[in-house]
Amino acid sequence: MAVANNKNVDGETAEAACVERRAAMAVLAQAEADDIERGLRLVGDGVEFTEPRPVETGLIMLRGRIGGDGAPFNAGEATVTRAAVQLASGIIGFGYVLGRDHRKARAVALCDALLQADDYRLSVEQHVLAPLRLAQQQRRVFARAQTAATRVDFFTLVRGEDER
Amino acid sequence: MYVAVKGGERAIENAHALLADVRRGDRAVPELSLAQIDNQLALGVDRVMCEGSLYDRELAALAIKQARGDMIEAIFLLRAYRTTLPRFGASEPVETADMNIRRRISATFKDLPGGQVLGPTFDYTHRLLDHALAQASEVPPAATASASEATFRSVTDLLADSSLIEAEDAQDGEVGDLTREPLSFPAGRDLRLQNLARGDEGFLLALGYSTQRGFGRNHPFAGEIRYGEVEVEFFAEDVGFAVPLGMVSLTECQMVNQFAGSGTQAPHFTRGYGLAFGQSERKTMAMALVDRALRARELGEETGAPAQDEEFVLSHSDNVQATGFVEHLKLPHYVDFQAELGLLRQLRAEFAERAADNQISDTPLQDAAE
Amino acid sequence: MTALNPDPAFASQAAFRALMEAFARPGEMRTLRGVTAPAPLAPATAALVQSLADYETPVWLDRSLAGAPAVAEWIRFHSNAPLVTDPGDAAFALVADPHTMPDFARFAPGSEEYPDRSTTVVIQVERFCGRSFSIEGPGNKTARSLAAEPLPDDFVERLHANRELFPRGIDLVLIAGERVTALPRSIRVVMET
Repeated sequence: MAVANNKNVDGETAEAACVERRAAMAVLAQAEADDIERGLRLVGDGVEFTEPRPVETGLIMLRGRIGGDGAPFNAGEATVTRAAVQLASGIIGFGYVLGRDHRKARAVALCDALLQADDYRLSVEQHVLAPLRLAQQQRRVFARAQTAATRVDFFTLVRGEDER
Repeated sequence: MYVAVKGGERAIENAHALLADVRRGDRAVPELSLAQIDNQLALGVDRVMCEGSLYDRELAALAIKQARGDMIEAIFLLRAYRTTLPRFGASEPVETADMNIRRRISATFKDLPGGQVLGPTFDYTHRLLDHALAQASEVPPAATASASEATFRSVTDLLADSSLIEAEDAQDGEVGDLTREPLSFPAGRDLRLQNLARGDEGFLLALGYSTQRGFGRNHPFAGEIRYGEVEVEFFAEDVGFAVPLGMVSLTECQMVNQFAGSGTQAPHFTRGYGLAFGQSERKTMAMALVDRALRARELGEETGAPAQDEEFVLSHSDNVQATGFVEHLKLPHYVDFQAELGLLRQLRAEFAERAADNQISDTPLQDAAE
Repeated sequence: MTALNPDPAFASQAAFRALMEAFARPGEMRTLRGVTAPAPLAPATAALVQSLADYETPVWLDRSLAGAPAVAEWIRFHSNAPLVTDPGDAAFALVADPHTMPDFARFAPGSEEYPDRSTTVVIQVERFCGRSFSIEGPGNKTARSLAAEPLPDDFVERLHANRELFPRGIDLVLIAGERVTALPRSIRVVMET
């Protein structure tokens, strides 16, 4: 199992690997199944894996904080789909994503497994994660720029020193 | 009491077929897609997710379509659906401080770090019907400007710097969940907020309004309202660390309210809090007002106004419960009614008898009923 | 690792049904198809865990099961259930070595208001034979005889004491191979033969 695998390497490496996997999951969770799968095809069609547990959709209770920074409270639920895949080498990868897309959860799990496999890590980074990261970054920058345009500039009238 | 009555099967079947028919409406008019509802009726989707207490845009859009736009019916559908799914656990508390801001305004400070960011808002529109929207229209993309801030410090955070506002206790303890344990009173603030978060917007709006009109006044200022996306994380036992699940849009309202203080504590502002799925500004503002009103006793204020009555507010905020009880009145109550009818006839007979005996005809009915 | 079951939903429903029927007819034998799981977790017990336990049902393992880390790992992976060390916190308690099982009083008996908040104890026995005892109560028109081994010597006394708590009390499930039977708190031991 994944946890057992991690125990084999020393603590620090395992922790670094977890940080890396988390960062990859953050990118994958925001991507579409089609885009992840397109990248995975470039990694190699021949990756064989099994599913030790069926893909499943369920709920998580979404928690907020009282006052934004206080004790937690339950704000409402969200649909979540989870998948686990196992490579021939025994490595297990997990996919946990908001929504009900089984294909996406499975693709994320496969990426997670491949990221833990030395001979696939770079390829997944290059073909799957890098393009997704770039696209997401662009979307974020654009949204932020649109939002910034709605910022009220109270000083424009009185200062008269605006460069625009 | 009502009893099962058989014989309506064919009628029910045909009524459902008729419902499907009128839901589709004129076949010459293109059918709505879920993407259209999600994109173009986004605030309706937000409301259904919020009061349905289930974050899933596509399902909420489906519910709205199925319910023919009846929001409470759509909310009901979503609530029913969620009961069919297993629960994996609870997320880590979302950090609204790290929100990707789409809108952020404060009514308390003009110049706050990050500034007043209006975002997509109805504020400052003229509320004049835009007849141009009656036809399909080309909409140019919105303007852009260089953005400096990535995260925005909250107004309550700024006030806290100089201890001008009460501090929340961030202790992570057991979190009450009214979907698991029935609500009992007095309820902790965690349960109250959960109840209000899924509560009916109209009900909370009316209660919030009532506090402004003097029924439990607490002098609110909209310290800050922010709307945007936050990342959700879930500690998955099998994975062994907190997994990022993706982003959700949330609206948060921080109300800054009148002071409290004591012999040992310097006077400071108090807080009311609102949090809701999607862009639900009115909902979070009303929620924050009611949250604050429900804290009256805790803060040693005079109580007695409807919005301060915890049992009244929390027991009647849920529109699915409310609609269930109100609408059940249309179910057959034939036997009940027969009993009432029988009683009434008997009373009338007794009345008539007495009237004949006394030879008077104008005794009020309630006397006869005694 | 368990092979992917082609019909997990149906398998889960089948396990649920078997257990439901077992509880409806206390002492009667039902068949429960097991799933592959690390020893000493029996396949039928594993099937029950998979279909019944989730993150809201804490699971307690007896010393023999807790001694095998693969068992805890399997339960976490397949059910997401948290493992607890105090049997009083458990919704499900799994016992692989009946001789050393804790006294029933150490499990959660539920409360008068919420008798359902009690522990369901799953006991893996080797076979359904040996010294028998008779039970009666809801679900059985007449007394039914049951035998299982190994069980603690004072098992019958424990059942007596458990019945005294009604409506509180624990529910028991006995498993041997693919055969399963249930002893809900409602049963009374009428005689020992």
